[in-house]
Amino acid sequence: MADLVISDLQSRVPGLLVQRLAALNLSLQGAEITGLTGPSGSGKSLLLRAIADLDPSTGEVSLGDCNRSSIAAHEWRKMVAYLPTESSWWFETVGEHFLQADMVSLQTLGFEPYVLSWKVSRISSGEKQRLALARCLSRQPEALLLDEPTASLGDSHTRDVERLVSDFIRKGKEPVFWVSHDPEQLQRLAQRVISIQSDGSIKEQTR
Amino acid sequence: MNVISLSAIDLAIAASLVLFVALLQWRMRLGNTRSLLIAASRTVAQLLLLGLVLKIVFAASEWYWIGLMSLVMLLAAGREVMVRQKRRFIGSWGFLLGTSSMFVSAFSVTLLALLVIVQPDPWYLPQYSIPLLGMLLGNTLNGITLGLDNLTRSVWEKRTIIDGRLALGETWSNAISDIRHDSIRVGMIPIINAMSVAGLVSLPGMMTGQILAGTPPVEAVKYQILIMFLIAAGTGLGTITAIVIGCRRLFDDRERLRLDRLG
Repeated sequence: MADLVISDLQSRVPGLLVQRLAALNLSLQGAEITGLTGPSGSGKSLLLRAIADLDPSTGEVSLGDCNRSSIAAHEWRKMVAYLPTESSWWFETVGEHFLQADMVSLQTLGFEPYVLSWKVSRISSGEKQRLALARCLSRQPEALLLDEPTASLGDSHTRDVERLVSDFIRKGKEPVFWVSHDPEQLQRLAQRVISIQSDGSIKEQTR
Repeated sequence: MNVISLSAIDLAIAASLVLFVALLQWRMRLGNTRSLLIAASRTVAQLLLLGLVLKIVFAASEWYWIGLMSLVMLLAAGREVMVRQKRRFIGSWGFLLGTSSMFVSAFSVTLLALLVIVQPDPWYLPQYSIPLLGMLLGNTLNGITLGLDNLTRSVWEKRTIIDGRLALGETWSNAISDIRHDSIRVGMIPIINAMSVAGLVSLPGMMTGQILAGTPPVEAVKYQILIMFLIAAGTGLGTITAIVIGCRRLFDDRERLRLDRLG
């Protein structure tokens, strides 16, 4: 599967005056998880949002031989999926948010098929986070940008999520950018870890 | 037909009622006293001025005077739409969005009514064109204001949801579709209500005026139906135009939600 190649990427959110974050040059290998870590407020989410083209940015990103700027923005986001920490739900039931539900991934995350008929107003934040991942994967993205996908989960569900993503990319060879505050999690999952320093510089951690 | 002329004392009695309500509001600390008094004073000043202007325009009956007056009415309506928004589009968009939507809807419907339906001679005869345009502008103004206010407020409240839907690869148009439908519906509510209760609960203002002036009721009814339909068409056109363009303006060419374009 294709690599996600990021060159000279810098977020340019209007109204954000302080832009200390250095430009990012990075190539994410297919079928590999690349970790992203750094102190709170250092711009990890901004970086992922810039890659997904959800915020204005300078620089170029490409997936395989497809340049971000050469296709419509929604097509790009379908391929390069950004999963925010806080998921949003707008229909009444869970199932309405899925184009086609993938029962296997729901099961891996510990849900029964009838989860699809649940009311969104009654599910917990942890359930929302896991369901959001299932929803994201069910749309068959070709690269994943996961923003603290296990932030509100306990140990056992964290392992479920890690297993689901690992299984997913074993089949499709998608590159994954995984934001986490937990060094042990990145140790378990990531082949390489990028870290944002407090001065805004970006370094690859040696392990 | 002879209209009973109103004396200054008659108007003063009506004014004292408004003052009484204002006093009540002030004593009960409801805090709306100022805007009530300002609006009441504006009514007096603006209508008196209008009376004088109409006297001149009716006497002159030249197309350029009527054109100038229409332009002033349009600009005033556009300003009113803008200042009534809590979160408005920044820059010239704030003024132009409402104004151009009203121009497209109210002016085209008025032109159609004058040229095809009522057909006064000349077609711009101010006794017909000015009141028609005024009623259309006043009502489309309402629809556009309500619709745009709903749009900008909902988008602000639901920005996380819109952003989440964009992140899932939905088009900008899809991500805002619920809000767009809702805003157009909200803009249309007043005229739909007005048409639903017309004659049952409320006697519409224009018809009341004609009957007071001695027009036979059935003639007045026919005019009122015409006006209601024109207003419905104008409001619908204007609201749809403003909301559709407003929605587009909230996203940039890369389909990102741009709340920085709202003040």
